[in-house]
Formats: sequence, C-alpha cells, structure tokens
Amino acid sequence: MLSTQTRQLRRLTRRDLLKGTTAFGAFVLGSSYVAGAGGAWATEMDALKPETFATLVQMARDIYPHDRIADEYYVAAVKGYDKPEEVDAITAGIDALNDAARNMHELEYADIGWERDRVDVLRSMEDDPFFQRIRGGLVTGLYNQKAVWPVFGYEGESFSKGGYINRGFDDIAWIG
Amino acid sequence: MTAPFELTDDSVVVVIGTGAGGGVLANELAQKGVSVVALEAGGRYLPEDYVNDEWESFGQLAWLDPRTTSGDWRVAKDFSGLPAWIVKAVGGTTTHWAGASIRFQDHEWKALTNYGEVEGASLLDWPIDPREMDDYYDKAEKKLNVTRTNGNPGLPGNNNYKVFEAGAKKLGYTEVHTGRMAINSRDDQDRLMCQQTGFCFQGCKWGAKWSSAYTDIPEGEATGNLEVREKAHVARILHNEAGKVTGVEYFDENGDLQMQKARVVCVAGNSFESPRMLLNSASNMFPNGLANSSDQVGRNYMRHMTGSVYAVFDKPVKMWRGTTMAGIIQDESKHDPSRGFVGGYELETLSLGLPFMAAFLDPGAWGREFTTALDEYENMAGMWIVGEDMPQSTNRVTLNSEVKDQFGLPVANVHFDDHPNDIAMRNHAYDRGTAIYDAVGATRTFPTPPYPSTHNLGTNRMSENPEDGVCNKWGQTHDIANLFISDGSQFTTGAAENPTLTIVALAIRQADHIAGELSAGNI
Ligand SMILES: Cc1cc2nc3c(=O)[nH]c(=O)nc-3n(C[C@H](O)[C@H](O)[C@H](O)COP(=O)(O)OP(=O)(O)OC[C@H]3O[C@@H](n4cnc5c(N)ncnc54)[C@H](O)[C@@H]3O)c2cc1C
Ligand code: SF4
Repeated sequence: MLSTQTRQLRRLTRRDLLKGTTAFGAFVLGSSYVAGAGGAWATEMDALKPETFATLVQMARDIYPHDRIADEYYVAAVKGYDKPEEVDAITAGIDALNDAARNMHELEYADIGWERDRVDVLRSMEDDPFFQRIRGGLVTGLYNQKAVWPVFGYEGESFSKGGYINRGFDDIAWIG
Repeated sequence: MTAPFELTDDSVVVVIGTGAGGGVLANELAQKGVSVVALEAGGRYLPEDYVNDEWESFGQLAWLDPRTTSGDWRVAKDFSGLPAWIVKAVGGTTTHWAGASIRFQDHEWKALTNYGEVEGASLLDWPIDPREMDDYYDKAEKKLNVTRTNGNPGLPGNNNYKVFEAGAKKLGYTEVHTGRMAINSRDDQDRLMCQQTGFCFQGCKWGAKWSSAYTDIPEGEATGNLEVREKAHVARILHNEAGKVTGVEYFDENGDLQMQKARVVCVAGNSFESPRMLLNSASNMFPNGLANSSDQVGRNYMRHMTGSVYAVFDKPVKMWRGTTMAGIIQDESKHDPSRGFVGGYELETLSLGLPFMAAFLDPGAWGREFTTALDEYENMAGMWIVGEDMPQSTNRVTLNSEVKDQFGLPVANVHFDDHPNDIAMRNHAYDRGTAIYDAVGATRTFPTPPYPSTHNLGTNRMSENPEDGVCNKWGQTHDIANLFISDGSQFTTGAAENPTLTIVALAIRQADHIAGELSAGNI
C-alpha cells in the first residue's frame, strides 16, 4: 500500500498545493486531493471528503504521536478507510469528533492548536467504538509499516544477512 | 515415505495434533513399530517457509479459528477473541516456541502436599513420583538437544541477556545463566547451531531450535509407520456400545467429513481444543462429553502466572538481536511462602520486535505516555515472568454454542479469573524485575500485563482419584481405556517451569505405556 501512496505523493508538486489551509496545515486540494503543509504528503481521495480524511490523519497522529514519523505514514495507516463502504462510518465518527471539539473548545478538531486540547477531546470519546476502531487499526496500520521501523532503530528481518551471530548480537559496550 | 493407511484400518493409533505432545508421541510409537495416523488441523510449514516478520508469521502459523473469553483476566478485555497465542500447523506450537526447557522441581509434583490447601484452588498432587520422571527427562533433553545437558555448552549471552545478568548479579541472584534451551549451541543432529537471528517466535529458519515439525515428524514418517494428514480438523471422537472409542470424524482439506477408524485415540490438540473435542463428542451414552463422568473436562485451566518487565536505558540495548529467550534467573522459583504466596516463578529474557511491542507493551494504551516508551525501543531490555498459577475449577473451557467455527462446531469459551496467589506472585515478580533493571540504571520501567496465553494447561488433568480429574498417571482417561490425553492438558498442576520439556517427557513415557498395553492386548 505504501509504495502506491508514495508514488501518488511524488506526482504532486508543490505548485499543486494551492487551496488554503483548513486543517492543521493540511491543504484540501479541490474535491479529491488532500495534502500536508509544505507538500510533505498528498493523496488522492477515493471516497472520503478531503476534510474528513485530513481530520482522520490528525486524529491518528494524536493517538500515537511520534514526532520523528512523517505524516505520510499516518496517511498510509488510515488510507484503508477511504473506500465507499466506510464513508458513512468514518464520516459519522469524524462528525462526532468535531462536535465534541466544538463543545469543548469551540473549534473544529483539526483547528485546535495544542495537542493536549485535542487529546482532551479524544479522551472524552475514548470508549466509543469509533475511537477504539481507529486506535486498534493503527497498532498494525502504523507500526507494521517497515518504512517506520528505522525511526525506532528496529532492524527487522535478519535471516538474509545471516542473523546477528557476526553482526553484533552481543555488542553492548556499556554494561559491565 | 509416508505410510498411507486406509480409513477403515481399525488397527491404527490415531493421534490428534502434532505439537509437542502429539508430534513426539506419534514418532515414538512409530519407532516402536506401531501404526499411527496423525491428524493435524494446520498445514505443513518448514524452515524455508518461515518468515522473519512478526505479523506475517502470525498470519501464517497462528490458530485463528474463533474462540471466546470471559472472566476478570485482562486478556478477555484486550484480546477477547484471542485467548491464546498457539499454532495451527504440523509441529503445533513447537514452531513458535522459544525453546526454554527446564525440569520441574521435585516438590512441584506434589503441590497439594507441599503447599497445603489453598482457598479457592483445586490443588492436587500429580499421580507421578518425581523419580519416575528422571529417565524420561533424560530422554527428552537428549531429543531436544537441550543446552547445559548432555555436554552441550550454554548459548552465548546476547545484549538483552547482558543487561539482565548484570542487574541480577547486583541484586545478589546466583542462579543466573543463558538457560537450558532446546536450541543447538553447536551444529548437531544434522541441524545448524543458533545463528542469533532473533526470530525464535516466528519459526527458526535455520532449524537450530527444536521443533517437532522438522525432527520427530519426518523421523516418524521415515519409519513407514506414521502417516501425517495435514489440514485434517477433527470434529469428534466416536465410540461403540461398549463405551470404547472406535475412530474419529474429521474435516479434510476440502471441508469434506471423513471417518478414520482407530484402535486407540490420543488427544493432543492443546488445552483448549482437547477438551473442546471431548465435549463436542457428547453422545447418548456420554451426554456430558467423552471421559467426563467426573465433570472435570475443561476445568482447572492454567496458563501460568505471567507478565513482563521492560525497561528503558539511556543507551542502546538492541534486545531483538539474538536468541529471544536465552537467559534465566531461577532464584525465585523455590517454594518460600514467606514471600506471601505459594509456589515460585522464573524470570527469563524476552524480546519482542517493534510491531509486537506496539501491540503488547500496554494493550489499549495511547498518547504520549505510550509513544515515548516506544520511541526508546532501541534502548529497551525485556524479561518475561513465568510462575506457577493455582488451578481453579471455575477456570474453565466450555462450549459456546452461540458461536460456531467454519465447520459449524461450537467454539471454546475460555473463562479465567486470577487467583489471589497469582496476583501476589505477579506483584512480587514485577517488583523484582523492576529492581533488576533499576540496579543497572533503567530510566523507566514497564510492568507489562500478560499476553494471550502461550502455556495452556490442565483442562484434562491427571488424578489419582477418577473423581478429581480426567486421566490417570499414563494420560489414559479414567472412563475409556483406549482414549488418551497426550498434551499439556493432562497437567495436574503447572509448576513454575515452561511446560514443553515435561510435555515431551510425558509423551515419551506414554508411548512406552501404550506400546506395552497394545502388545499385551490390554487395549
Ligand atoms: C510464542 C511462544 C513461545 C513459547 N516458548 C516456550 C518455551 O520457551 N518453553 C516452553 O516450554 N514452552 C514454550 N511455549 C509453549 C509451548 O509451545 C507449548 O507448551 C507446547 O507446544 C504445547 O504442546 P501441545 O502438544 O499441548 O500443543 P501444541 O504444540 O499447540 O499442538 C497442538 C496441535 O493440535 C492441533 N489441533 C488442535 N485441534 C485440532 C483438531 N480438532 N484436529 C486436528 N488437529 C488439531 C493444532 O493445530 C496444533 O498443531 C511457547 C509458546 C508460544 C506461543
Ligand atoms: S535466534 Fe537462534 S534459535 Fe532463534 S530463530 Fe535464530 S537461529 Fe533459530
């Protein structure tokens, strides 16, 4: 999934990112594109409204915030919800998130500036099936992307390199 | 090489399941010239098929047929459809296992005598004396080529072990080493030595770790006396009017129902499926299920008192490199009630890759408290806690008729509540595990809750008295002489040790018994 994502991202140039910012510096590009600030990522929407998807991406980052992981991986993690049979459920969930955000902070979720204020909104809906579904999906959707593993130092598969028997299985130097 | 037996051949011993218990039993019987048909629900995967990728491997090997859960254990909340992490494949869970292979301590064979009655627990003594097991443990260690036995050196310590050992020594622990592991520490038995790949839980691609999938199964097949039918899912066990079992019905790989006749049936489907099969085999003659006149089938489910402790340091550890579980502290495994609980526990090194760490470090958690922990993954060390849990008759596998599997059979519901002794022991172990890492400079520690069960025991337990359990000291059911329990479900109590060496030793012993009884014409 990621490689198609990445290819789509590449096709978009900075000049495509025209429309003003609506959500947390994500740009909604016409009716079927959404892009991150500065052209860091952009993706074509298959089914969801771009605003809805952009908010979903922000929600994903707020659930599992890793400052060294770029947006495109959060995009990839939730892109699977961008299909016709998910539109109703995701739209309803994001609408509810925005309702809660307006109640608590008088802003749409993605317009709330501080993470801690957005997290308050998430906490208020923590037991909702929608929140749990998005959170649960991220556990594999985000952390099972091989491309993010290097950020954590994790080296993944090792058989093809002959294991670690000659590659530092016991190379710790600081312990006595 | 495989020996095709006819479905109508009623001279064969049918073994259900090919894991630690069934795989070994099938081979041992075949070596003695007994004809064996082994029926295995899963497919056949060998080292070249295993993948160094946690979720992909899980999808390839794990048992994913539906199950349900109830009770106060956290697994029922976090992983309600996945009470256990076990395998559906030729070789069973010995493809996934880490290889820790330690004997029970003598006193653990007689838990009731040595611990006394514990309120709420259904403790019993095993109907086996520890000395009866010595020879069988010797044979099992030889078969599994366990390190620190039979002249095998220990495995070298990896990064995770070095942190663990240094902390343990600072606390004054003395029984600390790289474990007794069913992993080759040198090339032997036509299998390579451990290459320190670090994917022991995903199937060892080098074949350095013992698994019945590529040892006992092919050895048995080579005799011509063993036929393994894979993707053969047993639905029920049949019996005649005399109350003897006569064969089994199973769904073959096309989903067609077949019937294999049998002289003897041995059940080794692990501790959920074994009682489920017996219960699903209820008949007019045995309305509560086979071998269940005691109403003990499915009861006394044990999963070991478990938990993990992970710790973050200010410098890298890279715990994922090298053998997953080659490290042990045994000082706490004694029975010392002054600690506030009966029985004891082992501490063993453990590492998970990043994808599993995300799923298991603190299931359900989110936000920065969680993500800052994962951010330090490279600097993490980890250990697993495994201790004796109390059998309770209400911890139980039952049939859930509301939920059916792909064959329309009621699934197993697994009910488990922690016993106060389990909780006291877990808290003690969290405290010691944390202290070990603090002693070497941990900046943050995580007392991590139990994962879906990897050790599943007790649901068809052995007992001296037929009213207290399902089978006798040979694993032969009290009710039906030609029906045997051959897996971890026959455990009377769990002891502190990882169970597989004992499952294997019991299977070797049972093969001797069955072969003897067959030639004596008793079954
Ligand atoms: C990740 C992990 C690590 C582990 N590490 C260790 C360790 O270090 N040391 C240790 O001692 N133990 C360890 N274990 C536990 C060990 O794997 C089990 O104790 C052991 O494999 C259990 O043996 P068994 O014969 O009871 O069942 P299994 O090995 O699970 O075999 C049961 C077999 O029966 C088959 N089956 C079930 N139902 C049916 C049916 N209806 N029809 C046909 N076939 C059926 C299953 O597909 C399976 O292949 C670990 C387990 C896991 C998951
Ligand atoms: S670490 Fe050793 S035993 Fe484990 S998978 Fe790798 S080679 Fe096999």
